[in-house]
Amino acid sequence: MDIKPITSSERMAVRAAKELKSGEVVFVGIGLPNLACNLARATHAPELFMIYESGTIGTIPARLPVSIGDPTLVTDSLAICSQSDVFQCYLQGGLIEVGFLGGAQVDRYGNINTTTIGDYQKPKVRLPGSGGACEIATHSHRVLIMMRMTPKSFVSEVDFVTSPGQKMVSNLAGRDQGASRDSLNLPGYGPVTAITDVGVLELLDGEFKLTELYPGVSFEDAQAKCGWPLKRAAQVQTTAEPSLNDINLLRNKIDPKSLYL
Amino acid sequence: MFDRTRRPKLKKNKVLSMKEAIAGFVSPGDDLYIEGFTHLICFAAGHEIIRQGIGNLTASRLTPDLVYDQLIEAGLVKKLVFSWAGNPGVGSLHGLRRRTQAGVTDPIELEEYSHFGMVARLLAGSANLPFYPLTNYRGTNIADVNPKIKSILCPYTGVELATVPALHPNIAIIHTQRADAEGNAQVWGLMGTQKEAAFASKKVIVVTEEIVPTSTIRSDPNRTLIPGLIVDAVVHEPWGCHPSYAQGFYDRDNDFYVEWEDISKDAKTYQDYLAEFVHGVKDRAGYLEKLNSGLMARLKAKPKKCEGVDYGY
Repeated sequence: MDIKPITSSERMAVRAAKELKSGEVVFVGIGLPNLACNLARATHAPELFMIYESGTIGTIPARLPVSIGDPTLVTDSLAICSQSDVFQCYLQGGLIEVGFLGGAQVDRYGNINTTTIGDYQKPKVRLPGSGGACEIATHSHRVLIMMRMTPKSFVSEVDFVTSPGQKMVSNLAGRDQGASRDSLNLPGYGPVTAITDVGVLELLDGEFKLTELYPGVSFEDAQAKCGWPLKRAAQVQTTAEPSLNDINLLRNKIDPKSLYL
Repeated sequence: MFDRTRRPKLKKNKVLSMKEAIAGFVSPGDDLYIEGFTHLICFAAGHEIIRQGIGNLTASRLTPDLVYDQLIEAGLVKKLVFSWAGNPGVGSLHGLRRRTQAGVTDPIELEEYSHFGMVARLLAGSANLPFYPLTNYRGTNIADVNPKIKSILCPYTGVELATVPALHPNIAIIHTQRADAEGNAQVWGLMGTQKEAAFASKKVIVVTEEIVPTSTIRSDPNRTLIPGLIVDAVVHEPWGCHPSYAQGFYDRDNDFYVEWEDISKDAKTYQDYLAEFVHGVKDRAGYLEKLNSGLMARLKAKPKKCEGVDYGY
């Protein structure tokens, strides 16, 4: 039996995997989302259909991909397509059922910032930018957020909205400030679940509320890590402990060098 | 942009050395596009541009990565047009960070889209359209900080669509697995925006792992991504992508990308790297000689051949 204590990354990967159903089409990101998707495929969702942003369709990676364009994603895929096909035919075409996102900042509406911290023109921190995140948040049928909770990352207002949530709110008040996702006619349903290192938040009445806590974590612990007054669902569940099988798969098969765990 | 004087580039032998191709087709002030979405990123071309000191560049690509950051650190880039700037799977581009964050005296100009926005710019460029529409950007700040992202009402449905302007780089550099001397180039594995960037650009340099006879190209025409018609120069540069990769030839050097974080974080070690591996060598062969012994053998791809298809009739 494995004696190492379960890490928060492992809890996040196991919990996120539970959100995925066999037969769903998922747009996989590198890091924890990749672990969650491959764990789901190795357990309860063998027919999970994985698409990676680099253009690999029906992917079955033989080793842990270290970048979104790892050659292992190409080998044995069902199809390879150009970036133009990824964004036009698959995402804008409405084929992606589940997208994964994370970032430097998220707010209670699921708006995500991966662009700049501080002023856009003179940023305190220059982040990588959108990549495909804006498209994933716009066009996926639903979006799962995976982020560690800290007061700096779960903020009352993000400095820049890179990926749209349920209601546009940003320190950089722009054209759509205050507008709801529905009023903007965005195609996908947007972010619905946030899997963190303390528990799970879900979209309830238009904003993210705490619905689950990991074993041993109190509401006060979570509130101390959240930059906005955290609301909770009527019933806050305790997340089930990961199974020994899940932990073994993650540690020994999916991420044996512990790159992301 | 339609040009009645445009002629196909039908010269049979366009093969040049990297040094000749860069000197002949890349000029100071150019809009440069070195393509590659993780796969087939031509570091050899970037290093030669640095050696020749061709500056004042506007560098465009969806994913400016290490080689663009090296052009930035070498002081050759005035403007970056992009959608995701980072070291994939690892972290930041430190050369870029040093030139973009608060307090910088000589900031680099940024023009920022999302991936789809950049793809759409190339699609417009390659099709001679002035702009391209997409259902994007509402509910975000991306268009708020980029005045080139505009909108249009669909003439059929009345729905508002975002628009991005055509991108026409002066020069695209496209690394491929194999090509003939005319530049008919075949690519397999990830295809990024190789095709769109080549068609959108005024000039194209095809760099290739292997020069093959035209009969090899003709035996599998579906695999040809770039036709020689639009190619100005062909450079034979085996291992020209390291630390990036070429499917079927060599693996991505993931360890290098991880080590790059420490090399690039500090401006001094970054400059030391450029001095040794870029300025300190004459060409790509010189660079390859400096790699740790055994590295190329370790990265060399293990064969995984496809069955092939029958083109008979």
